[in-house]
Amino acid sequence: MNPPALALRRINWFHYASPQTFLPVAGTLVPWFAWAAAAFCAAGLYTGFFVAPTDHQQGEVYRIIFIHVPAAWMSMFIYLVMALWAGVGLAFNTRLSGMMASALAPTGALFTVIALWTGSMWGKPTWGAWWVWDARLTSELILLFLYFGFMALHAAIDDPRRADRAAAVLALVGVVNVPIIYFSVKWWNTLHQGASVGLTAAPAMAATMFAGMILMAFAAWMYTIAVSLHRVRSIIFERKRDADRTVQYAKGLRQ
Amino acid sequence: MTWASWTDFFAMGGYSLYVWGSYAVTAAVILTEVALLRLRRRAILRQLTGGEGVRRP
Repeated sequence: MNPPALALRRINWFHYASPQTFLPVAGTLVPWFAWAAAAFCAAGLYTGFFVAPTDHQQGEVYRIIFIHVPAAWMSMFIYLVMALWAGVGLAFNTRLSGMMASALAPTGALFTVIALWTGSMWGKPTWGAWWVWDARLTSELILLFLYFGFMALHAAIDDPRRADRAAAVLALVGVVNVPIIYFSVKWWNTLHQGASVGLTAAPAMAATMFAGMILMAFAAWMYTIAVSLHRVRSIIFERKRDADRTVQYAKGLRQ
Repeated sequence: MTWASWTDFFAMGGYSLYVWGSYAVTAAVILTEVALLRLRRRAILRQLTGGEGVRRP
């Protein structure tokens, strides 16, 4: 075996899958990602409000996209990551995976709320309506209900490991909604405009507008990592409490 | 520079309600999440340590 592969093998990756070893690692990472989020957010807001020009069609109201588009991207991406962790938890029965899925769900719901709210604030002056039952808007609303469903189902089951598995199945079934959201503007005639940014073509907007959006998207990424690592630490502590309680209870029993 | 003055900036070309309404609610929601996270952490740490842990000043 060649040396690099050997070096890679020496690291026991499952070591970090243990909540107790992950706890301090996550704690060290949180402030770094939080500061990175703040820095990207400051740069993105500056670019969005002071560098990017006025849109010649929409005027200043277009400046909502600097939060709307990153929030909408995050709402879908977090769902995919959450479902991935849920799937890993089901397949390998690793405790940390279910905790990661639970840590991501509230932040995913938060970004979905922001995407819907800012979309509404953009829709009223642009389309003349706060809300329409358009394919893009409706599927995004379903995404919000999927996040709520995941959290409610998890909260309804007392045993955390069972709750992890039940919620994981729900998360995996809900994945079908993500491509529906993403491609809705292509598959149906939606009032919502098509994608301005794609993987295959140059973005259909001024370079400075695009830069502001990308900076805000990075800020959303860093924020999500910081917040979910912070939350997963609390979850690990909370489940440890349950374990200790069980031990305390068992100690008090006659054997 | 896009803006002639700060008044001009806050007016957002007549769309101030929609633009600032979006940014204000986003900021409020994010600050709420961060506050809830801190409360959750404080609650569980106090419970685990029985109040004997290191208190932040």
